[in-house]
Amino acid sequence: MTLLAVERIKLFSTRSPWWCMLLALGLTVGITGIIAANWQDSPMPVIGTVFTYTFGLYVIMVMAALAVTTEYRFGTIRSTFQAVPDRVSALVAKAVVVTLLAGLVGEAVGFGSWGLSNLLAKDTSQLALNSANDWRHVAGIGLVYAAGAILAVGVGTLVRQTAGAVSIILVFALVLESVVGLIPKIGDDIQKWMPFTVANKFIYGSPDPGSLPEGAGPPAIGELSPWGSLGYFVGIALAVFVISLVVAKRRDA
Amino acid sequence: MLEATGLTKHYGKTVAVDDLSFTVAPGRVTGFLGPNGAGKSTTMRMILGLDRPTAGRVLIDGKPYTSLARPLTKVGALLDAKWVHPNRSARAHLRWLAKSNGISYRRVDEVLDVVGLTSVAGKRAGGFSLGMSQRLGIAGALLGDPEVLLFDEPVNGLDPEGILWIRQFLHRLADQGRTVFVSSHLLSEMAQTAQDLIVIGRGRLISQTSTEQFIQDATEDTVKVRSPELDRLRALLGDDARVDDVEGSIVVHGLEPARIGELAASNGITLHELSPQRGSLEEAFMQLTKESVEYHGAE
Repeated sequence: MTLLAVERIKLFSTRSPWWCMLLALGLTVGITGIIAANWQDSPMPVIGTVFTYTFGLYVIMVMAALAVTTEYRFGTIRSTFQAVPDRVSALVAKAVVVTLLAGLVGEAVGFGSWGLSNLLAKDTSQLALNSANDWRHVAGIGLVYAAGAILAVGVGTLVRQTAGAVSIILVFALVLESVVGLIPKIGDDIQKWMPFTVANKFIYGSPDPGSLPEGAGPPAIGELSPWGSLGYFVGIALAVFVISLVVAKRRDA
Repeated sequence: MLEATGLTKHYGKTVAVDDLSFTVAPGRVTGFLGPNGAGKSTTMRMILGLDRPTAGRVLIDGKPYTSLARPLTKVGALLDAKWVHPNRSARAHLRWLAKSNGISYRRVDEVLDVVGLTSVAGKRAGGFSLGMSQRLGIAGALLGDPEVLLFDEPVNGLDPEGILWIRQFLHRLADQGRTVFVSSHLLSEMAQTAQDLIVIGRGRLISQTSTEQFIQDATEDTVKVRSPELDRLRALLGDDARVDDVEGSIVVHGLEPARIGELAASNGITLHELSPQRGSLEEAFMQLTKESVEYHGAE
């Protein structure tokens, strides 16, 4: 518990986490507001309120990576390991704090977007959260953000540089996962196992029948069920994080 | 009590620290002296468990650093004053350190007061001058009221007032019975700060001795002589003495002033000057680095 308090003090005594959280909320809820205000012709479905969740995911992952890389950038990681020689505990505490925060931001993004849509959409008849699927579309965002944060802390710990860690995360999520689908023959098969693609399936996959026209909305591809997809994404995040712990424990600080 | 045995660190093919063994006693300021790149900082990092030794170990009162339960209450260290997040306030920086080792926030205010930073405690550390950063680093080292204190080049880049403050401060800490281990590449600084010296060159131990003894051993006494009959005198000095010519005078190595005076008197040579010269600390230090280079080159 002490270590959690330490990491909480560290995180909130600098400004960048606040900016990242505000940006994550503003981007997602704000753009959802524009979508909701312009939703024409049909009642807005629940899934339509969370199309923007990925923008916030990237920002939150940057925040999580920064929580580690700034420590390396400014040398405070050495003070950290000096105060807490058990490096694994120190890094796990950091990951827990960042993950909880990411989860909270994710819930705020989900329910904020959904709530604003209720205010701005012309036809809100389909916006009530009536089914498990509806809840998953909205509340699931917190889970994806939390898992994304674990992944980003792992990448940050491995790479130790802000520019490197942020590039890896963004290039992977925004470029590589799309480009890989262009590889002839095997591209599609690889793409449906890429982590962010699979995470999308958890949020967008299996909407209630009739809520969206066939083929509309963001793609939800992958072999696993929505919850299986989340498990896969969390598994990858934990694997990267555990590898980063082993590496951090062995190398010189 | 700090005890290093066979401490060795390789970075790839480079040997940074080579089979280094020494002890640092409580109640004294012990200087850790060596030219830049001699392995001082690497040794300090290994003491704190930040770098993993390739071989050997360091024990603090019989225990390795990484097995200390609340390490900041046992060992305080200032390795680099810039190891602070620039957007975090001095107080917040000390608070997270305090929290991690179960130290009260009251102690944070105490150490801020000790180093004279109370008035700027809420300001972001990135705006601090080097002297202020150094004070913040010292506050961090003192936080846990530790018995052992390590400082890596604490006076680097400080103004004379800051240097004096740190010097007196280190003495106060040692007088309280603490183990104070402070590194520097300046012998002249160490001569005024440290009672004991551990001298390293190229990662190897050159000597561990009292500062006084070290300077005595390393510096050489010479005699400066001026005379209108220098050539005659030079011939009388014999083969044992080495003589250097320096601007109309000679500097004699290896002979007492009394002996030279007697030689001159018994041969009727007029002397205009006969003055003993004490070797300078800089010369001693040059000698030391030269030795460490030669030591290495002979291998």
